[in-house]
Amino acid sequence: MHELKIAESIVDSVSKEMERRGLKSLRAVGLRIGELTDIVPESLEFGFNAIVAATPMEGVRLEIERVPITGRCRDCGAEFAVRDFQFLCPTCEGRGVTTVGGNELEICYLEVDDPHSDKRISATA
Amino acid sequence: MTILKYEKKVLSENDRLAAEVRREMTDRGILCLNLVSSPGSGKTSLLERTLGALGKELRMGLIAGDVQTENDADRLRAAGGTMVRPIVTGGACHLDARMIIEALKKLSLDGLDLLFIENVGNLVCPSSYDLGEEMKVVLISTTEGDDKPLKYPGMFRRSSLMVVNKIDLLGHSEFQLARVKENARAINGDLETIELSCRTGEGARRWYDWLRQRVSHKRA
Ligand SMILES: Nc1nc2c(ncn2[C@@H]2O[C@H](COP(=O)(O)OP(=O)(O)O)[C@@H](O)[C@H]2O)c(=O)[nH]1
Ligand SMILES: [Mg+2]
Ligand SMILES: [Zn+2]
Repeated sequence: MHELKIAESIVDSVSKEMERRGLKSLRAVGLRIGELTDIVPESLEFGFNAIVAATPMEGVRLEIERVPITGRCRDCGAEFAVRDFQFLCPTCEGRGVTTVGGNELEICYLEVDDPHSDKRISATA
Repeated sequence: MTILKYEKKVLSENDRLAAEVRREMTDRGILCLNLVSSPGSGKTSLLERTLGALGKELRMGLIAGDVQTENDADRLRAAGGTMVRPIVTGGACHLDARMIIEALKKLSLDGLDLLFIENVGNLVCPSSYDLGEEMKVVLISTTEGDDKPLKYPGMFRRSSLMVVNKIDLLGHSEFQLARVKENARAINGDLETIELSCRTGEGARRWYDWLRQRVSHKRA
Protein backbone atom coordinates (compact mmCIF):
# COMPACT_ATOMS: atom_id res chain seq x y z
CA MET A 1 0.00 0.00 0.00
CA HIS A 2 2.58 2.58 -1.01
CA GLU A 3 -0.33 4.40 -2.65
CA LEU A 4 -1.16 5.83 0.76
CA LYS A 5 2.29 7.47 0.88
CA ILE A 6 1.89 8.68 -2.69
CA ALA A 7 -1.51 10.15 -1.76
CA GLU A 8 0.09 11.91 1.21
CA SER A 9 2.67 13.48 -1.10
CA ILE A 10 -0.11 14.69 -3.40
CA VAL A 11 -2.15 16.20 -0.55
CA ASP A 12 0.99 17.86 0.75
CA SER A 13 1.99 19.45 -2.55
CA VAL A 14 -1.53 20.51 -3.41
CA SER A 15 -2.27 22.13 -0.04
CA LYS A 16 0.96 24.09 -0.21
CA GLU A 17 0.20 25.23 -3.75
CA MET A 18 -3.38 26.24 -2.82
CA GLU A 19 -2.03 28.31 0.02
CA ARG A 20 0.71 29.83 -2.10
CA ARG A 21 -1.80 30.97 -4.73
CA GLY A 22 -4.44 31.91 -2.17
CA LEU A 23 -6.97 29.46 -3.61
CA LYS A 24 -9.91 28.15 -1.63
CA SER A 25 -12.36 25.82 -3.31
CA LEU A 26 -10.62 22.84 -4.84
CA ARG A 27 -12.74 20.49 -6.93
CA ALA A 28 -10.27 18.13 -8.51
CA VAL A 29 -6.61 17.33 -8.97
CA GLY A 30 -5.37 16.21 -12.38
CA LEU A 31 -2.72 13.50 -12.38
CA ARG A 32 -0.72 11.66 -15.01
CA ILE A 33 0.35 8.17 -14.02
CA GLY A 34 2.45 5.99 -16.29
CA GLU A 35 1.64 2.34 -16.84
CA LEU A 36 5.16 1.40 -15.76
CA THR A 37 4.75 2.87 -12.29
CA ASP A 38 3.54 0.38 -9.75
CA ILE A 39 0.60 2.57 -8.84
CA VAL A 40 -2.91 1.17 -8.79
CA PRO A 41 -5.25 4.13 -9.46
CA GLU A 42 -8.07 2.66 -7.35
CA SER A 43 -5.74 2.24 -4.38
CA LEU A 44 -4.50 5.77 -4.84
CA GLU A 45 -8.06 7.15 -4.84
CA PHE A 46 -8.87 5.05 -1.81
CA GLY A 47 -5.82 6.33 0.04
CA PHE A 48 -6.48 9.91 -1.00
CA ASN A 49 -10.10 9.78 0.17
CA ALA A 50 -9.02 8.32 3.49
CA ILE A 51 -6.50 11.10 4.07
CA VAL A 52 -8.75 14.00 3.12
CA ALA A 53 -11.81 12.72 5.00
CA ALA A 54 -13.03 15.37 7.45
CA THR A 55 -10.58 17.97 6.12
CA PRO A 56 -11.27 20.95 3.82
CA MET A 57 -10.19 18.72 0.92
CA GLU A 58 -12.91 16.16 1.52
CA GLY A 59 -14.80 15.44 -1.70
CA VAL A 60 -11.97 16.52 -3.99
CA ARG A 61 -11.71 14.22 -7.01
CA LEU A 62 -8.58 12.75 -8.52
CA GLU A 63 -8.71 12.87 -12.32
CA ILE A 64 -6.18 10.28 -13.36
CA GLU A 65 -4.83 10.02 -16.88
CA ARG A 66 -2.97 6.77 -17.49
CA VAL A 67 0.06 7.21 -19.72
CA PRO A 68 0.86 4.19 -21.90
CA ILE A 69 4.39 2.88 -22.16
CA THR A 70 6.43 4.20 -25.06
CA GLY A 71 9.90 2.98 -25.94
CA ARG A 72 12.62 4.35 -28.17
CA CYS A 73 15.01 1.96 -29.87
CA ARG A 74 18.64 2.88 -29.32
CA ASP A 75 19.66 1.08 -32.49
CA CYS A 76 17.33 2.55 -35.09
CA GLY A 77 15.66 5.40 -33.21
CA ALA A 78 12.10 4.13 -33.75
CA GLU A 79 9.51 5.13 -31.16
CA PHE A 80 6.82 2.60 -30.46
CA ALA A 81 4.05 1.61 -28.08
CA VAL A 82 5.17 -1.12 -25.70
CA ARG A 83 2.48 -3.76 -25.31
CA ASP A 84 2.40 -6.44 -22.63
CA PHE A 85 5.70 -5.08 -21.31
CA GLN A 86 7.59 -6.46 -24.32
CA PHE A 87 10.44 -4.04 -24.83
CA LEU A 88 11.34 -5.14 -28.33
CA CYS A 89 11.72 -2.77 -31.27
CA PRO A 90 9.11 -3.67 -33.92
CA THR A 91 11.28 -2.15 -36.65
CA CYS A 92 14.68 -3.78 -36.09
CA GLU A 93 13.99 -6.18 -33.19
CA GLY A 94 16.52 -4.32 -31.06
CA ARG A 95 16.44 -4.94 -27.31
CA GLY A 96 18.17 -1.77 -26.28
CA VAL A 97 15.09 0.27 -25.54
CA THR A 98 14.84 3.52 -23.60
CA THR A 99 11.58 4.22 -21.80
CA VAL A 100 10.27 7.58 -23.02
CA GLY A 101 6.73 7.28 -21.62
CA GLY A 102 5.16 5.31 -18.82
CA ASN A 103 7.20 6.40 -15.81
CA GLU A 104 5.09 9.53 -15.13
CA LEU A 105 3.87 10.18 -11.64
CA GLU A 106 2.91 13.82 -11.71
CA ILE A 107 0.33 16.41 -10.87
CA CYS A 108 -0.71 18.47 -13.89
CA TYR A 109 -3.62 20.69 -12.89
CA LEU A 110 -5.94 21.87 -10.15
CA GLU A 111 -9.61 22.45 -10.80
CA VAL A 112 -11.07 25.15 -8.59
CA ASP A 113 -14.27 27.12 -8.16
CA ASP A 114 -13.05 30.57 -8.90
CA PRO A 115 -15.48 33.16 -7.55
CA HIS A 116 -13.84 35.95 -9.58
CA SER A 117 -14.19 34.24 -12.92
CA ASP A 118 -17.73 33.16 -11.97
CA LYS A 119 -18.64 36.82 -11.47
CA ARG A 120 -17.10 37.80 -14.75
CA ILE A 121 -19.07 35.11 -16.55
CA SER A 122 -22.39 36.19 -14.98
CA ALA A 123 -21.62 39.87 -15.72
CA THR A 124 -21.16 39.20 -19.42
CA ALA A 125 -24.08 36.77 -19.65
CA MET B 1 -14.91 26.41 -12.66
CA THR B 2 -11.29 27.00 -13.59
CA ILE B 3 -8.48 24.68 -14.53
CA LEU B 4 -5.16 25.91 -13.23
CA LYS B 5 -1.97 24.46 -14.59
CA TYR B 6 0.19 23.04 -11.82
CA GLU B 7 2.94 20.73 -12.92
CA LYS B 8 4.83 18.89 -10.29
CA LYS B 9 6.30 15.42 -9.90
CA VAL B 10 4.56 13.72 -7.00
CA LEU B 11 7.85 12.42 -5.61
CA SER B 12 9.88 15.54 -6.37
CA GLU B 13 10.87 15.94 -2.72
CA ASN B 14 12.11 12.34 -2.60
CA ASP B 15 13.92 12.84 -5.91
CA ARG B 16 15.61 15.97 -4.55
CA LEU B 17 16.90 14.11 -1.50
CA ALA B 18 17.97 11.14 -3.64
CA ALA B 19 19.95 13.52 -5.84
CA GLU B 20 21.72 14.77 -2.69
CA VAL B 21 22.70 11.21 -1.78
CA ARG B 22 23.83 10.52 -5.34
CA ARG B 23 26.00 13.65 -5.40
CA GLU B 24 27.67 12.69 -2.14
CA MET B 25 28.38 9.15 -3.39
CA THR B 26 29.84 10.51 -6.61
CA ASP B 27 32.00 13.04 -4.76
CA ARG B 28 33.35 10.30 -2.54
CA GLY B 29 33.64 7.69 -5.29
CA ILE B 30 31.39 5.24 -3.46
CA LEU B 31 29.39 2.68 -5.40
CA CYS B 32 25.86 2.59 -3.96
CA LEU B 33 23.66 -0.39 -4.75
CA ASN B 34 19.98 -0.77 -3.85
CA LEU B 35 19.11 -4.46 -3.35
CA VAL B 36 15.49 -5.35 -3.97
CA SER B 37 13.56 -8.62 -3.98
CA SER B 38 10.61 -10.45 -2.52
CA PRO B 39 11.04 -11.47 1.13
CA GLY B 40 13.38 -14.43 1.44
CA SER B 41 15.14 -14.30 -1.95
CA GLY B 42 18.46 -13.98 -0.17
CA LYS B 43 19.45 -10.29 0.05
CA THR B 44 20.90 -10.60 3.54
CA SER B 45 22.55 -13.93 2.70
CA LEU B 46 24.22 -12.37 -0.34
CA LEU B 47 25.54 -9.51 1.78
CA GLU B 48 26.78 -11.94 4.46
CA ARG B 49 28.71 -13.88 1.84
CA THR B 50 30.04 -10.73 0.26
CA LEU B 51 31.30 -9.47 3.62
CA GLY B 52 33.02 -12.79 4.18
CA ALA B 53 34.66 -12.88 0.77
CA LEU B 54 35.49 -9.23 0.13
CA GLY B 55 35.58 -7.78 3.64
CA LYS B 56 39.36 -7.38 3.59
CA GLU B 57 39.48 -6.06 0.06
CA LEU B 58 36.63 -3.54 -0.03
CA ARG B 59 35.25 -1.27 2.65
CA MET B 60 31.53 -1.79 2.76
CA GLY B 61 28.80 0.22 4.41
CA LEU B 62 25.45 -1.48 4.83
CA ILE B 63 21.98 -0.09 5.39
CA ALA B 64 19.45 -2.78 6.23
CA GLY B 65 15.80 -1.86 5.83
CA ASP B 66 13.16 -3.88 7.59
CA VAL B 67 9.52 -3.34 8.44
CA GLN B 68 9.75 -4.35 12.08
CA THR B 69 13.09 -5.74 13.26
CA GLU B 70 16.83 -5.15 13.23
CA ASN B 71 17.55 -8.83 12.63
CA ASP B 72 19.19 -8.31 9.25
CA ALA B 73 21.49 -5.64 10.65
CA ASP B 74 22.46 -8.03 13.45
CA ARG B 75 23.19 -10.76 10.89
CA LEU B 76 25.39 -8.39 8.88
CA ARG B 77 27.35 -7.38 11.98
CA ALA B 78 27.82 -11.04 12.88
CA ALA B 79 29.13 -11.61 9.35
CA GLY B 80 31.84 -9.02 9.92
CA GLY B 81 30.08 -5.81 8.90
CA THR B 82 31.44 -2.89 10.89
CA MET B 83 29.56 -0.08 9.16
CA VAL B 84 25.96 -1.23 9.52
CA ARG B 85 22.85 0.89 10.03
CA PRO B 86 19.38 -0.60 10.41
CA ILE B 87 16.32 1.27 9.20
CA VAL B 88 13.12 0.07 10.80
CA THR B 89 10.33 1.52 8.68
CA GLY B 90 7.61 0.83 11.21
CA GLY B 91 5.18 -0.60 8.69
CA ALA B 92 6.20 1.27 5.55
CA CYS B 93 6.67 -1.15 2.68
CA HIS B 94 9.67 0.61 1.12
CA LEU B 95 12.63 2.81 1.96
CA ASP B 96 12.66 6.42 0.81
CA ALA B 97 15.48 8.88 0.30
CA ARG B 98 14.79 10.74 3.54
CA MET B 99 15.37 7.52 5.51
CA ILE B 100 18.70 7.09 3.73
CA ILE B 101 19.75 10.65 4.56
CA GLU B 102 18.87 10.03 8.21
CA ALA B 103 20.75 6.71 8.26
CA LEU B 104 23.80 8.33 6.68
CA LYS B 105 24.00 10.82 9.54
CA LYS B 106 24.96 7.90 11.74
CA LEU B 107 27.15 6.06 9.27
CA SER B 108 30.59 7.37 8.46
CA LEU B 109 31.25 7.28 4.73
CA ASP B 110 34.97 7.95 5.13
CA GLY B 111 37.01 5.52 3.09
CA LEU B 112 34.05 3.42 1.91
CA ASP B 113 34.20 1.73 -1.48
CA LEU B 114 30.68 0.39 -1.46
CA LEU B 115 27.37 1.20 0.15
CA PHE B 116 24.75 -1.54 0.05
CA ILE B 117 21.16 -0.71 0.80
CA GLU B 118 19.01 -3.75 1.53
CA ASN B 119 15.51 -2.55 0.73
CA VAL B 120 12.33 -3.88 2.33
CA GLY B 121 11.37 -7.26 0.85
CA ASN B 122 8.83 -6.20 -1.76
CA LEU B 123 8.94 -5.94 -5.54
CA VAL B 124 6.23 -3.31 -5.89
CA CYS B 125 6.45 -0.42 -3.46
CA PRO B 126 10.20 0.30 -3.57
CA SER B 127 10.19 0.74 -7.34
CA SER B 128 8.93 4.35 -7.32
CA TYR B 129 11.43 5.55 -4.74
CA ASP B 130 14.85 6.62 -5.89
CA LEU B 131 17.30 6.29 -3.00
CA GLY B 132 20.22 7.91 -4.77
CA GLU B 133 21.71 4.54 -5.71
CA GLU B 134 23.88 3.98 -8.74
CA MET B 135 21.86 0.91 -9.65
CA LYS B 136 19.21 -1.41 -8.42
CA VAL B 137 20.14 -5.07 -8.11
CA VAL B 138 17.08 -7.32 -8.16
CA LEU B 139 17.28 -10.78 -6.61
CA ILE B 140 15.09 -13.71 -7.45
CA SER B 141 15.52 -17.21 -6.09
CA THR B 142 14.82 -20.54 -7.71
CA THR B 143 12.07 -21.24 -5.18
CA GLU B 144 9.99 -18.45 -6.70
CA GLY B 145 8.17 -18.36 -10.03
CA ASP B 146 10.32 -17.85 -13.11
CA ASP B 147 7.59 -15.52 -14.43
CA LYS B 148 8.33 -12.92 -11.76
CA PRO B 149 9.90 -10.46 -14.20
CA LEU B 150 6.59 -10.42 -16.09
CA LYS B 151 4.61 -9.93 -12.90
CA TYR B 152 6.79 -7.09 -11.62
CA PRO B 153 7.87 -5.33 -14.82
CA GLY B 154 8.39 -1.97 -13.09
CA MET B 155 11.10 -3.31 -10.82
CA PHE B 156 12.85 -5.50 -13.39
CA ARG B 157 12.78 -2.64 -15.87
CA ARG B 158 14.43 -0.29 -13.37
CA SER B 159 17.14 -2.74 -12.29
CA SER B 160 20.57 -3.11 -13.86
CA LEU B 161 21.48 -6.56 -12.60
CA MET B 162 19.41 -9.63 -11.80
CA VAL B 163 20.93 -12.08 -9.34
CA VAL B 164 19.32 -15.51 -9.51
CA ASN B 165 19.96 -17.06 -6.10
CA LYS B 166 19.59 -20.58 -4.67
CA ILE B 167 20.80 -22.40 -7.77
CA ASP B 168 21.68 -25.27 -5.41
CA LEU B 169 17.93 -25.96 -5.41
CA LEU B 170 17.52 -26.01 -9.20
CA GLY B 171 15.64 -29.07 -10.34
CA HIS B 172 13.59 -29.22 -7.14
CA SER B 173 10.84 -27.03 -8.61
CA GLU B 174 9.37 -25.88 -11.89
CA PHE B 175 11.78 -22.96 -11.97
CA GLN B 176 13.88 -22.84 -15.13
CA LEU B 177 16.91 -20.60 -15.52
CA ALA B 178 16.45 -20.20 -19.26
CA ARG B 179 12.87 -19.11 -18.74
CA VAL B 180 13.58 -16.51 -16.07
CA LYS B 181 16.29 -15.02 -18.29
CA GLU B 182 14.01 -14.93 -21.29
CA ASN B 183 11.27 -13.27 -19.27
CA ALA B 184 13.69 -10.74 -17.85
CA ARG B 185 15.09 -9.99 -21.31
CA ALA B 186 11.64 -9.21 -22.65
CA ILE B 187 11.18 -6.56 -19.95
CA ASN B 188 14.71 -5.21 -19.95
CA GLY B 189 17.22 -5.98 -22.70
CA ASP B 190 19.94 -4.20 -20.73
CA LEU B 191 19.59 -6.34 -17.60
CA GLU B 192 22.68 -8.36 -16.73
CA THR B 193 22.26 -11.71 -15.01
CA ILE B 194 24.39 -13.56 -12.47
CA GLU B 195 23.26 -16.89 -11.06
CA LEU B 196 24.68 -18.18 -7.81
CA SER B 197 24.03 -19.94 -4.55
CA CYS B 198 24.58 -18.12 -1.28
CA ARG B 199 24.47 -21.51 0.42
CA THR B 200 27.21 -23.31 -1.53
CA GLY B 201 29.02 -20.32 -2.98
CA GLU B 202 28.67 -21.65 -6.51
CA GLY B 203 28.74 -18.83 -9.03
CA ALA B 204 29.56 -16.20 -6.40
CA ARG B 205 32.87 -15.38 -8.05
CA ARG B 206 31.09 -13.69 -10.94
CA TRP B 207 29.27 -11.47 -8.45
CA TYR B 208 32.52 -10.52 -6.75
CA ASP B 209 34.15 -9.74 -10.07
CA TRP B 210 31.15 -7.68 -11.10
CA LEU B 211 31.44 -5.71 -7.85
CA ARG B 212 35.20 -5.22 -8.19
CA GLN B 213 34.80 -3.94 -11.71
CA ARG B 214 32.03 -1.51 -10.78
CA VAL B 215 33.91 -0.26 -7.74
CA SER B 216 37.10 0.45 -9.68
CA HIS B 217 35.04 2.14 -12.38
CA LYS B 218 33.42 4.34 -9.75
CA ARG B 219 36.73 5.27 -8.15
CA ALA B 220 38.31 6.27 -11.45
N1 LIG C 1 19.07 -23.38 -0.33
C1 LIG C 1 19.42 -22.10 -0.28
N2 LIG C 1 18.89 -21.30 0.68
C2 LIG C 1 19.27 -20.00 0.70
C3 LIG C 1 20.20 -19.48 -0.23
N3 LIG C 1 20.36 -18.17 0.03
C4 LIG C 1 19.58 -17.90 1.10
N4 LIG C 1 18.91 -19.00 1.51
C5 LIG C 1 17.96 -19.09 2.63
O1 LIG C 1 16.81 -18.35 2.30
C6 LIG C 1 16.26 -17.74 3.46
C7 LIG C 1 16.06 -16.26 3.25
O2 LIG C 1 17.31 -15.62 3.05
P1 LIG C 1 17.56 -14.11 3.44
O3 LIG C 1 18.96 -13.81 3.10
O4 LIG C 1 17.12 -13.83 4.83
O5 LIG C 1 16.57 -13.37 2.41
P2 LIG C 1 16.12 -11.83 2.36
O6 LIG C 1 14.77 -11.75 2.97
O7 LIG C 1 16.06 -11.50 0.89
O8 LIG C 1 17.15 -11.02 3.07
C8 LIG C 1 17.21 -18.06 4.59
O9 LIG C 1 16.68 -19.13 5.30
C9 LIG C 1 18.49 -18.43 3.88
O10 LIG C 1 19.27 -19.35 4.62
C10 LIG C 1 20.75 -20.36 -1.22
O11 LIG C 1 21.54 -20.00 -2.09
N5 LIG C 1 20.30 -21.66 -1.20
MG1 LIG D 1 16.92 -9.60 4.61
ZN1 LIG E 1 15.03 -0.52 -33.69
